[in-house]
Amino acid sequence: MITFKIDGREFKAEKGQTLLQVARENGIDIPTLCHHEAIEPYGACRLCIVEISKGKRTKIVTSCLYPVEEGLEVKTGSPRVISNRKMILDLLLARCSKNKVIQELASQMGIEQPSFKPEYLEDNDCIVCGLCVRTCEQVVGVSAISLVNRGITKEPASPFLEPTIACIGCGSCYYICPTGAIKMEDRGDTRIIYNWKVEFKLKKCKVCGNYWAPERQLEYIRKKWHLPEDFFDICPTCK
Amino acid sequence: MLTRLHSRQDLEALRKELVNNRKPDKPRITICSGTGCHAYGCVKATEAFKTGVANQGLGDKVDIKTTGCHGFCEKGPIVAIQPGDIFYQQVKPEDVPEILDETIIRNSIVERLLYTDPTTGRKITHQHEVPFYQKQERIIFGSNGEIDPTSIEDYIAIGGYSALAKALFEMTPEQIIEEVKHSGLRGRGGGGFPAGIKWESCRHAPGDIKYVIVNADEGDPGAYADRSLLEGNPHSVLEGLIIGAYAIGCREGYVYVRHEYPLAVEAIRIAIEQAQQLGLLGDDILGSGFDFHVRITRGGGAFVCGESTALMASLEGKVGEPRAKYVHTVERGLWDSPSNLNNVETWSNVPVIINKGADWYRTLGTDGSKGTKIFSLVGKINNTGLVEVPMGITLREIIYDIGGGIRDGKKFKAVQTGGPSGGCIPESLLDLPVDFDELTKAGSMMGSGGMIVMDETTCMVDIAKYFLTFLEEESCGKCVPCREGVKRMRQILDDITEGKGDEKDIDLLERLSATLIDSSLCALGATAPNPVLTTIRYFKDEYEAHIKEKRCPAGVCKALIHYYIVEEKCPGCGLCVKACPQEAITFMGKKKPVVLDESKCIKCGACYDICKLGDVGKE
Repeated sequence: MITFKIDGREFKAEKGQTLLQVARENGIDIPTLCHHEAIEPYGACRLCIVEISKGKRTKIVTSCLYPVEEGLEVKTGSPRVISNRKMILDLLLARCSKNKVIQELASQMGIEQPSFKPEYLEDNDCIVCGLCVRTCEQVVGVSAISLVNRGITKEPASPFLEPTIACIGCGSCYYICPTGAIKMEDRGDTRIIYNWKVEFKLKKCKVCGNYWAPERQLEYIRKKWHLPEDFFDICPTCK
Repeated sequence: MLTRLHSRQDLEALRKELVNNRKPDKPRITICSGTGCHAYGCVKATEAFKTGVANQGLGDKVDIKTTGCHGFCEKGPIVAIQPGDIFYQQVKPEDVPEILDETIIRNSIVERLLYTDPTTGRKITHQHEVPFYQKQERIIFGSNGEIDPTSIEDYIAIGGYSALAKALFEMTPEQIIEEVKHSGLRGRGGGGFPAGIKWESCRHAPGDIKYVIVNADEGDPGAYADRSLLEGNPHSVLEGLIIGAYAIGCREGYVYVRHEYPLAVEAIRIAIEQAQQLGLLGDDILGSGFDFHVRITRGGGAFVCGESTALMASLEGKVGEPRAKYVHTVERGLWDSPSNLNNVETWSNVPVIINKGADWYRTLGTDGSKGTKIFSLVGKINNTGLVEVPMGITLREIIYDIGGGIRDGKKFKAVQTGGPSGGCIPESLLDLPVDFDELTKAGSMMGSGGMIVMDETTCMVDIAKYFLTFLEEESCGKCVPCREGVKRMRQILDDITEGKGDEKDIDLLERLSATLIDSSLCALGATAPNPVLTTIRYFKDEYEAHIKEKRCPAGVCKALIHYYIVEEKCPGCGLCVKACPQEAITFMGKKKPVVLDESKCIKCGACYDICKLGDVGKE
C-alpha cells in the first residue's frame, strides 16, 4: 500500500492507481472532460490537473494519469491549479462558445466573460477529447473512426472523411461524447450518425414491433459471442 | 567486400594496414559535400576535379575525396588540399584546372581562392588560421573534413571503433556508465538531461528487452547540425550507439531519422551495412559475444516527433503523439520496454569520452555543462555555418569572432537560440556564457543548437508571431493548452502586428503562457511561450509601440507602415516606377517628382529598396 495526502487528508492506495481514481473513490471532486473509467486515461483536456509536491519540488500534473506515490502531497484546489484550470476552460469556451456543457463548467469556475475577443469565439461542439475514437477502439473494438490531422485542425473523423465501413452503428461515440458534438438520430427504421456519414437499418422486435437496435450491431454481437441466429429477434423489453 | 573482424587484434591490424597504405605526401584534394556546399554546387566541382585529374593524367598522383560538412557553409564549396592544409573557398568548376595546374603540379597557391579576413584584408592560406575556425573546439565535428562518410576504412584509419573495442574488452557496462556520468555529458537534443544517469536508469529498469534509439528528427527551422553529423561522420554516431547499447544491455537499436534528410539516411544506411560486414555490428561483435542490431526508421516530418514519447509512438507505427512521462521512457518506452533515447550529437560524444576519458572531457565547458556544443549559426550573420564551441563561450564570441558580425554593417538586435520554442536574447546579454543553465536563466534554452541572429530590421513582435505560427501548425493537437493556447497567442500577435492590439494583450499573453508552461502535455506546449515571453521581457517597448502608438519601430509590420515620395528631393528618375509590381507609381515627366497611389500600394518595399537617393520614405 502507498500512503500519500490529498488536500491534507491521508489516503492509502494500491500501487498503480491514479490520483484521480483515489480522489473519486473518496468523494473528492476533480472535473474532467476526456476521462471515462471504462477507457484508458489520455490526458488531453487537462481539467483534472492538480498540484503535487514531494520535498521542495512542486509541479502541476494531470491526476487521471499520475500514479500514486509514497509521501506525495496533492492539492486539488490550490491557487495555481485554479488559475490554470480557469484558463483551460477559457480556451475551451473560446472554441465552443455556444456549447451548454462548456458554458456551464466555465460559469462554475467563475468565468463570467471569456478572456478572448468576441471575434475569436467559435461555434463548435467538439473539444477533441478523443473519447469517441477511444471508445470505438477500446470498448467496441472496431476502430471505425480516428483522430485525423494535427494541431488546431485535429478532429475525429471517418477514414478519408468517407462513410466508414467498419462502423456497426452502436452509437457508443454518441453516448460517450461529453459535449454532444456527435449527432445521431433514429428515424423510423433507420439510424443515422451524421458525423461519420453512415446509416443503418434498425431491427424490428417480433413481439412489440418497435425498432430497437441496428441490425449490423446485433449481428456483430451475435457473432462475437456465438449466440443463436434468433437471439435478437425479440427486444430486451419484451424478453 | 569487407572481411569480417573477429577480434580486437583484427581491428588494430586493419587500422595499421590502412595507415601504412596511406602516403602522407601524396596530394589529397578534399571537397566538402555537406548540405551547404551541395546547395552551392559541390557536385559539379567534384566532377570537374575528376575529369581534370583524368585529363591531365594525374590519376595515380593525387587522391580526390568528398567529405561531410566542414562547417563554413557561407563560403562553400570548400576545397582543402593536403599536405599543406590549403583552404580554398567558393570553388567553381571553372576554377578546377587552375587549382590542378598551380597547386597540384606547381605546388603554389591560387591566391584568389583563398579566404580574405574582412577585418585585416589579409589572405589566409590554412584552414586553422581562418578566424571562423580559431575559437572553435571541434572534437566532434573536426574529423568530418578527413573522412569520406561512405568509407568505414577512413573512419577506422583515424582511430574509429577503438572506443568500442576499449569498451567491450577493457570495461564493464557499469564502468562505461560511470565514465559517461563522470564526464558530465548532458543530452544535446534539448532538455539537457545527464546522459549517464539516463543510461543507468535504463540499465536498472526491469525487463529483458531494452532499446537504444538515435533521435535524428532534427526539425527546428534553421538547424542542421545533426543532419551534418549523420551525413559527414555516421560511424561516430553508430559507434556511440553500440557502446551505449552494451552499457545499458540492449540487443536492438533504432535510428529515427527524417525522411527529408535523404543524404543522412543514405549515409547511416551505408554505415550500418559496412559495420555489419566488418563484424562491428550484428552478432558477436569483434568476438566479444555481444550482439547488437540496428534498424533505420524514417520520420514523416512532424516537428513533435522529436519529442521522445511521440517519436516512440511513431516508431511503433502509431500517430506521433506524445504521452505523459510520469512513467519515464527508460522504464517503459518503445513497445512498453525500457528505452534509452539520445540525440545524434549526444551519441557521437560517447566515443570521444571513452577514448580520451571523462577527466579530459570535463576540462571542456562550464561547471554544469561539459564538453562542446555544435550550433547552426544562421540569420543575419556574415559567416553562416556550423560551429562547434566549448560550453561557456560567450554569445559575443560566437557571433562576432566566429560569425564575423552582422551582415551589411547593420546593428545586432537579438539572437534566438533553441529553435522555435527557444527565446530571443538581446544585446545586453551578449556576454552570457553559453551553456544549458545560463540559456535557461535568460528565458531561452539550448534546444538542439539553432542560433538565429537578427539585426535591427527585425521586428520582435513579428518574430514571435513567426515562431508561434510554426508551433501552431506543428502542435499535435492532443492537449487543450497547446492546441488552443498557441492558436490564441498567435491571434493576439496577429492583432498587435495589424494595429488592432489592446493594452490588456500583454497581460493575457503572459497569463496564457503561464498555463501553457504549467499544464501542457509535453515540452512542445510547455516551451511554446518562450519566444513570446522573451520578446516581452527584453523588447517590451516594441510591443508597446505596436499597441499604443500603432507603430512598428523596425518597419516590418505591413499594416503599420506606409511608403511616400519625398517630393522636394525626387528627381523623377523613374527607377521606382519600373520596380513597382502594382503600377502604383506614376511617372510625371523628367525632373518632376513621381506620384504614389497608396490605394494600389501593397507595401512590398521594392521602391524603397531601389531608390538610391532616399527619396522614397517609409514610416
